[in-house]
Amino acid sequence: MSTAVTTPTGALQVRINQQRDIVLQAEFQCPAGELLAVVGPSGGGKTTLLRMIAGLAKPQQGDIRCGEQIWCNEQLCLTPQQRHLGYVPQHFGLFPHLNAEANVMAGLDHLPAAQRRQQAQDWLRRVNLEGFPDRLPHQLSGGQKQRVALARALARNPQVLLLDEPFSAVDRGTRERLYIELAQLKRQLNIPVIMVTHDINEAILLADKVALISQGKLLQQGPPLAVMAQPNDELVARHMGLRNIFSAEVVALENQQQLAWLQFGEQRIACANAGQLQLGMTVRWVIPNQGVRFSSISQGRLPRSFNKLSVTITSMLVMGDLVRVACSLAGVSEQLQAEVTVNLADKLGFHEGMVTDVALKSELIHLFDNAEL
Amino acid sequence: MDWQALWLSGKLALVSVLILLPLALWLGRTLAYRQWFGKAWLEALIMVPLVLPPTVVGYYLLVGLGRDSWLGALLAQYLDIQLVFHFSGLVIASILINIPFAVQPIQRAFEAIPAEIRDAAACCGMSRWRIFWRVELPLAWPGILTAIVLSFSHVLGEFGVVLMMGGAIEGETKTLSIAIYDKVQAFDYDGAGMMSLLLVLFAMVTLAITSAMSRRVVRQ
Repeated sequence: MSTAVTTPTGALQVRINQQRDIVLQAEFQCPAGELLAVVGPSGGGKTTLLRMIAGLAKPQQGDIRCGEQIWCNEQLCLTPQQRHLGYVPQHFGLFPHLNAEANVMAGLDHLPAAQRRQQAQDWLRRVNLEGFPDRLPHQLSGGQKQRVALARALARNPQVLLLDEPFSAVDRGTRERLYIELAQLKRQLNIPVIMVTHDINEAILLADKVALISQGKLLQQGPPLAVMAQPNDELVARHMGLRNIFSAEVVALENQQQLAWLQFGEQRIACANAGQLQLGMTVRWVIPNQGVRFSSISQGRLPRSFNKLSVTITSMLVMGDLVRVACSLAGVSEQLQAEVTVNLADKLGFHEGMVTDVALKSELIHLFDNAEL
Repeated sequence: MDWQALWLSGKLALVSVLILLPLALWLGRTLAYRQWFGKAWLEALIMVPLVLPPTVVGYYLLVGLGRDSWLGALLAQYLDIQLVFHFSGLVIASILINIPFAVQPIQRAFEAIPAEIRDAAACCGMSRWRIFWRVELPLAWPGILTAIVLSFSHVLGEFGVVLMMGGAIEGETKTLSIAIYDKVQAFDYDGAGMMSLLLVLFAMVTLAITSAMSRRVVRQ
């Protein structure tokens, strides 16, 4: 795909406060050139939010603006036509009676007739579909349909690009190719891109920022890895796919080093970046998958960086080239779960019932605020 | 073969369908896309002619539009229009009795268009009128064609309401089905048989087209 595709526009600012019918409260902004992923469980309000940004639904209260232009507030609400945006629905929304080229041209009514075909052909080439202008949507594969929908949305030189679960209707191989293409395209586009997805991994891969929405409320927003590493609360952690959430008791504090020692079952672990804690208090903590290591800890690392624990493997579930390993720990009712590659599991000779060591990276242990039980 | 009756039936069907079509398009689309309080009642009202005997509809039209009714008297006095026992009255009767045959397939066809296609069209910057012409109408076309074929063939075969409203005036209200009845009354079974065969063949062709169109709608 070639470079420099759209004229620069301003940031998209969204503030929605809807209390009746479908409850939806969200406030965020997405600067031009960034991709914001709206993530969360199904039925949480993600698509409603996207429809409100598109002008397909009107919020009861709110303020949506793009750069200097007000799209929606108490006094006015622009139609989708007036917002000049690009929208790719979940199942692409291609016009089934029009071929690929005519589908792209359908979004170009604002251009002189002579330019439309040229622009459509240009965009089909940019999304690697130059050989298919005459094909009807039902003659295209899922990935090709997605590309036509993307070309149609972008050929308009939109002020904002909206993607609703853009990869849910394509197979895994195509999806991975499209990830790369969208990541490249994002760099070239100088517009805000809002992507709704329920797939956290997709958001981590593509987004500059995630906004987690559940039951109509914006729970947390920020760079994906930061939200994963420091979720506001357990609900956020669970929605972000974090499974290792436990309780522990504070047994020692090294305030100068911001280090806390926690009694975790029958074992002790160190937690870096501990905030205001008191001895004897019970805390809830979480650790992301990248903080759990089964491979041997390299020599010379401070023992405080890694907490070495003894665990028993209780189950192993192979998922493609990964294995989800569940382990029990002495004195802990919940299980520790981690995903390792099949190769590593083989190399370490993992099997159910095996007793092994696991290392928890102390810097990645995150204590929840207000977690005292 | 009563050619005059055949011509009259064809004319009645054509005029009725031409008037009914824009009405059914508007009504079918509105019922498909709009929600309002009392919509279910309107849908039930539209379906009433399907379950009522045509003679009952004919009776109410005769009473409601006859010279003795206030509407009939008004039309006769100020516009010199007489609907009962006239071709124009048959047109009104045919339109009313065929509303469900026209509205239902059109409504279903509009409903079958995925909402995200219409959303995508709006986000493509297409005006509502343009969306109707360039997206909705081509996609709903099989349903619209079904409505046309069903209404046309139904008007062609209508008997009860035509007899009640128009009687059997040669060249004015005596349609093909009335002519068949008259032939049988006059023991002209050959004439009645010929005209009946024509209607049977027409019905078979139209139903074949209708079911083919319905399958296309389902595939979409």
